[in-house]
Amino acid sequence: MKKTILLFLILACAINANAQIDSTLFKDTRIDTVSANAMNMDAVYERPFYQTGTSHVSVGGYIEADYQYMGEDGITEGHTFRIPRFTLFVGSSIHPKIRFLSETEFEEGGGKIAIEFAALDVSVIPMLNFRGGIIMNPIGAFNQNHDGPKWEFIDRPIAMTEMLPATWSNVGFGLYGKRFVNNWGFGYEIYLTNGFNNSIIANGENRTFLPAAKENTERFEESNNGMPLITGKLAVKNQNIGEIGVSYMGGIYNTFEDDGLFLDEKRRLDVYAVDFNTSLDITGTYITGEWAWVRVDVPETYGQQFGNRQQGGFVDIVQPVLKRPLAGFENAVLNLAFRLEYVDWNVGTFRETGGNISDDLWAIIPGVSFRPSAQTVLRLNYRYMQQQDILGNPPAKIAGIQIGFSSYF
Amino acid sequence: MNTLITWIKWIGFLGFMFVMGCDIIVPEEPADEDLLDGPLSGLSYEEQLQFLKGDIAFNDDVFTPETGLGPIFVATSCGSCHPGDGKGHPSTTLTRFGQTEPNTSLGLPGAPQLQNRAIPGYQPEKLPEGTPHMKFTPPAVTGLGLLAALTDAQILENADPNDEDGDGISGVPNYITPPDYFIPQWYHQSQNGKYIGRFGKKAAAVDLLHQTTTAYNQDIGITSTFEPKDVYSDLTIDPEVSDQTVRDVVFYLRTLKAPIQRKPADPDIMHGREVFNTLQCSSCHIPKWTTPESDIAALSNKTFYPYTDLLLHDMGPGLDDGATEGSAETYEWRTPPLWGLGLSPDSQGGKYFLMHDSRAESIEEAILMHGGEAQYSHEQFQLLSSEEKEALIKFLESL
Repeated sequence: MKKTILLFLILACAINANAQIDSTLFKDTRIDTVSANAMNMDAVYERPFYQTGTSHVSVGGYIEADYQYMGEDGITEGHTFRIPRFTLFVGSSIHPKIRFLSETEFEEGGGKIAIEFAALDVSVIPMLNFRGGIIMNPIGAFNQNHDGPKWEFIDRPIAMTEMLPATWSNVGFGLYGKRFVNNWGFGYEIYLTNGFNNSIIANGENRTFLPAAKENTERFEESNNGMPLITGKLAVKNQNIGEIGVSYMGGIYNTFEDDGLFLDEKRRLDVYAVDFNTSLDITGTYITGEWAWVRVDVPETYGQQFGNRQQGGFVDIVQPVLKRPLAGFENAVLNLAFRLEYVDWNVGTFRETGGNISDDLWAIIPGVSFRPSAQTVLRLNYRYMQQQDILGNPPAKIAGIQIGFSSYF
Repeated sequence: MNTLITWIKWIGFLGFMFVMGCDIIVPEEPADEDLLDGPLSGLSYEEQLQFLKGDIAFNDDVFTPETGLGPIFVATSCGSCHPGDGKGHPSTTLTRFGQTEPNTSLGLPGAPQLQNRAIPGYQPEKLPEGTPHMKFTPPAVTGLGLLAALTDAQILENADPNDEDGDGISGVPNYITPPDYFIPQWYHQSQNGKYIGRFGKKAAAVDLLHQTTTAYNQDIGITSTFEPKDVYSDLTIDPEVSDQTVRDVVFYLRTLKAPIQRKPADPDIMHGREVFNTLQCSSCHIPKWTTPESDIAALSNKTFYPYTDLLLHDMGPGLDDGATEGSAETYEWRTPPLWGLGLSPDSQGGKYFLMHDSRAESIEEAILMHGGEAQYSHEQFQLLSSEEKEALIKFLESL
């Protein structure tokens, strides 16, 4: 019932009091006034929005759906159709210097609803903006720049979603800003938010698993330990070269004290990430990548299954091979795409044998994408993946095809 | 327009090829003989369903502090110690202590098993310095239903406690006092209220329910109606795993298939089998058994090759850890089944970790650690030519 009411409220806001059905009354707009100099940090505003009439409210969203036929070591679940997510954006320019944006994601056919972003931005000067609400912690680039239609691959990068916990949102406040001088841009973000909890080392995955903390929705109400999670990012962009960002997220993750009683020592989590993206002028090739390192203070006596170090990342190479009007689509583009990704959930060696602790995965994903317009992508991917258990036993081999689309609306 | 049609044709063709080629795209299934896991053939739909439930409980269910883990424990799930239903790794080795004489507990706190891990905020148990103890590497769990289906009478046929046949091999059953929830079956024989243990390094578990509930309790710190005492507080607490789940896991263990020998007709392997018999390895590692009637049709009247006699044997001072279980002497060990031996590296991270505590890192090392009743085999092995040794090893690797 709550979900129905929430959906109703969102839609009510979105269509405004003067509901319109004539699409000519909608206008495509972007809230961000500096989109020409957009960086990864602007991703939440670098989306198509639609406004109705003279309303300050803009709406948008995207949807993804796909078909897949995957198998592991000869066993397949057969033909599967999925709609991984349906996302609504609602934004508002309350004042030339005050704006609001929200992103609500519906997963599992509406069975799981998450407010991934709902923040008020107050701009003082371009280098000093205040943001508060539910924010997406700027660790790496993917967490903030995760919209399906922006990517040529059906699945999100595993390192960024199952090691780093994209999409990772928390309640908090912070500052951000950016400045461009000639071809060079510099941006920063820093936030204090609620954070992780004990579930990152106490979960059904049987490994240190940061995404387990996403199940704790109480983090939107209160901190589990009263210690803020600090997330900060610095990014530099050159219009001719590309953008590189370095980011950090860290803090005490465990409930070390409750009701005045000390239950455990304080245990830290530290995450470092580097991300980059560029396009090669000569070939028009887009290259995007991200790598992250995780350090978690796991109790010495808790078992080696739970690693205190993790690392992983991905690189995407997208090569447009056809750019021309096609079948009524003026800016149609056909791309060849290739992704390489790797995750090691447990970096280290066994105390007993000195042998390597595995628990890792790598995957290659060649694909083809067709963009009839910039906002819509049709994708065909082949995924081949090998995953080893903690002991490094013969890997599970997973492969299959995925066909789907993702589109802003 | 023509270009568009060409593109549509290509995309359509590629899509068609992808969909039609699905089964080619999916990675090949490893050969059945190369895998330890999988059900016995001949299970009914209902039995397959229960097998599946047990498989999930055994391999996928991971306990957390919220679901009852610990607070002191050895592992978080069954699958952590028995990856792919195979042998465990030195990192999952457990420690048993508290008994240095047959049938005599020292009453040490924390005995019989050390819980060497703890959830955050708790301290694990520590073994007092100098305490005699044994380290056990988790065994493979395949084919256990076939061993469980054998009758006590069949096991006793090979027992020769006083070595009356003079072959230097005794073979003693470990008579243990079963837990209260043990329900003797027609194939069990009591001796003054005690029953023959079949499972475990010292044969200290009478049946698979006993083995399973003890493992939940002692390894994971999970209480059940069968084993209701918390290992940390030693007090009875609410069950943390349901009876049904326990039953499903027991059923899963009963119906896991037996390992399948690879290339049994290979001349070298056949020669190795002859060497195995010549060295009298087969006196304890008895190859062939046949089950009687069972309540599970797939277990009834099946001939199988586990290479064990399920009896205790004197293995010499080199393997005497100074600690024991049940009626076993400290130097006595149950003959471990050799089936699946060659697949051990597939569950032990690519290496062999053999004997009860992983002290042997190759089959040859393991053979050379045999003493006591196996001293003759040990010595004969050393006299073999390199070709014969190679054939023997190849045979053992084929199991």
